[in-house]
Amino acid sequence: MARFVIRRILLALPALFGLVVLTFVLSRVVPGDPAATLAGDAATPAQIAEIRAQYGLDRPIWEQAIVHVRQVLTGDFGRSVFSGRPVVEEIAFRLPATLELTFAALLLSTLFGVALGLVAALDHNGPVDHLVRLLSIGGLAIASFWLAIMLQLVFSMDLDWLPLRGRMDVTLGTPPRVTGFLLVDTLLAGRPDMLASALRHMVLPAVTLALPGLATIARFTRSGVLEALQKDYVLYARAAGYGRVRLAAIYVLRNAVTVTVTQIGLLFGALISGAVAVEAVFDWPGLGTYAVQAILSSDYKALLAVTMVVGVVYAVVNVAVDVAQALIDPRVAEEMS
Amino acid sequence: MSDRPLLAVENLSVHLRTEAGLARILDDVSLAVPPGRTVGVVGESGCGKTTLLRAILGILPRGALIPGGAIRFEGRDILADRAASARGRIGFVPQDPYLSLNPVFRAGDQILEIMRRHAPGTRRDHRAKLVELFRAVQLPDAEAALRKYPHQFSGGQRQRLLIAAALSCDPALVVADEPTTALDVTTQREILALLRRLAAERNLSLLFVTHDFGVLAALCDAVTVLYAGRVAEAGPTRAVLDDPRHPYTRLLLACHPDRAVDLAGIPGTVPAATAQPAGCRFHPRCPIARPACADAPPPPVALPGGRAVACPHHADALPEPALA
Ligand SMILES: Nc1ncnc2c1ncn2[C@@H]1O[C@H](COP(=O)(O)OP(=O)(O)O)[C@@H](O)[C@H]1O
Ligand SMILES: [Mg+2]
Repeated sequence: MARFVIRRILLALPALFGLVVLTFVLSRVVPGDPAATLAGDAATPAQIAEIRAQYGLDRPIWEQAIVHVRQVLTGDFGRSVFSGRPVVEEIAFRLPATLELTFAALLLSTLFGVALGLVAALDHNGPVDHLVRLLSIGGLAIASFWLAIMLQLVFSMDLDWLPLRGRMDVTLGTPPRVTGFLLVDTLLAGRPDMLASALRHMVLPAVTLALPGLATIARFTRSGVLEALQKDYVLYARAAGYGRVRLAAIYVLRNAVTVTVTQIGLLFGALISGAVAVEAVFDWPGLGTYAVQAILSSDYKALLAVTMVVGVVYAVVNVAVDVAQALIDPRVAEEMS
Repeated sequence: MSDRPLLAVENLSVHLRTEAGLARILDDVSLAVPPGRTVGVVGESGCGKTTLLRAILGILPRGALIPGGAIRFEGRDILADRAASARGRIGFVPQDPYLSLNPVFRAGDQILEIMRRHAPGTRRDHRAKLVELFRAVQLPDAEAALRKYPHQFSGGQRQRLLIAAALSCDPALVVADEPTTALDVTTQREILALLRRLAAERNLSLLFVTHDFGVLAALCDAVTVLYAGRVAEAGPTRAVLDDPRHPYTRLLLACHPDRAVDLAGIPGTVPAATAQPAGCRFHPRCPIARPACADAPPPPVALPGGRAVACPHHADALPEPALA
């Protein structure tokens, strides 16, 4: 197993290197002359040349590429043009908020998606099945920002059950920043009231973000379970006298989720991009809102860093997914070695 | 064959609602397995052998109806009386060892789960017993086998695992559904030898489904021949093979005396379960059929030597060309 994990990590490296190259190419090709953009509309040619020299944009392209790779590898992304602060610092500040939100959404969509998919399959063509199918079509069809606003209207404005926006009740202050993950930091600070507030703030954005993934996972789990139920080994297990509950909830589900797990890896990309809209609506101080700012202000250093960070997170999640799959199905690890 | 049977299938019919209409998969099927004996069921593919076993094991597909009949195991009707369910008392060796074990669980754990539900004792007892059984079925490295996944065994080894699983709860009866069909010839022979030895050593009763006359002759004391969901004839294996009485069996044996049961080369095909002919189901293909054969299913005729044949014309000679 350890060898499988190492192998899988090594296999992810070329993809990450590809990302480094791609970000370089994009940052040079797409915005036209970055120096001109940075200097602004009113800049004189002399000012542009100065900026070009300052950012090393007057060097030969291969030299720029080497500098770029070295900067990325050392995590040196320079300063944000917008705020003047080091990009790495800003991202370190915002990444935990986004990760907290996306992992909460991932957890919600996995738990509820698998459970709904399972009960739907066990009630094949019955009322529960139809209901779940309706939900999963709806979950995929509804636009995130619309859902977010509807949830805010109902649960914050009308019913006043949950907070409208933000990560924490401002009157409570904030816990000392240790990990940046509020759920962890409030616990470390020994402040259950803050933890409760952070959790309550997380409900609506996490639900909004989770819904499309939940729908996808429910659909794949349902068809996975239905497929597994047709297998000879299920008939054999029934003949051998397995209990009904064990057969459905453990025996068949484990076969079904091999497919579901692959979906989770793919979903993570959708979650990250979904986070942009959700963070904007809920005023969530994460990477999504940061990326929007960076785009609006042509802050290409910041964008570069966001792209790299998201790429790394995506690669890590996919390694984790593959490892999970190998743990679920022993044949996966063997196929790779 | 005078002992009270361990398993008695009495006039069993199994029908199935399908999109193509009602499939009459089994009709009026009777057979008995006396204690310590091996009884074979032969018939072409599609004649209802697997359905018969599924009825006995209580795992008929959804939509199956049992319009009539009984299955008695140890004297109790296991169809009528759910509580008398024979789970754990009837071991099952499935047809395809490649598909019958769940690939994502250890083979040993899958068998231990059966034992947890149906065998007395602790998990530790079960493990010890399973290792012993693995040795009895000649699995190499019995201890290590407990920790392996199904795909780490060969086909023959997997069938040995499944035989061990069938024996794991000390069943009185083992039913096997063509347990060697999916295996290569050499492995087939080894598995048959193993089954014969185990049946003798453990005084097992065995209901053995096959479509191979060679297997039948090698293993079974008695045989029931099925055609299109009905019993064509039944009796002691030697007698039936040496002197078949039903036209179907006679043609089969004339075509392939020691090979697979298959009527290829004889006009017509096995009818679909949704379109069974009236009367004797074999009459459209039978060289000695009379008009009356299409009227009503022929009742079994008892013959000397504990035999029965479902054909009133069993004494007639078949025309030569049919046997050529
Ligand atoms: N689950 C099922 N759905 C529809 N038809 C079935 C099903 N199981 C069996 N049958 C039909 O019943 C007949 C007997 O099948 P089976 O018992 O598997 O025969 P055998 O084991 O002798 O090959 C076949 O015609 C088959 O098509
Ligand atoms: Mg069969």
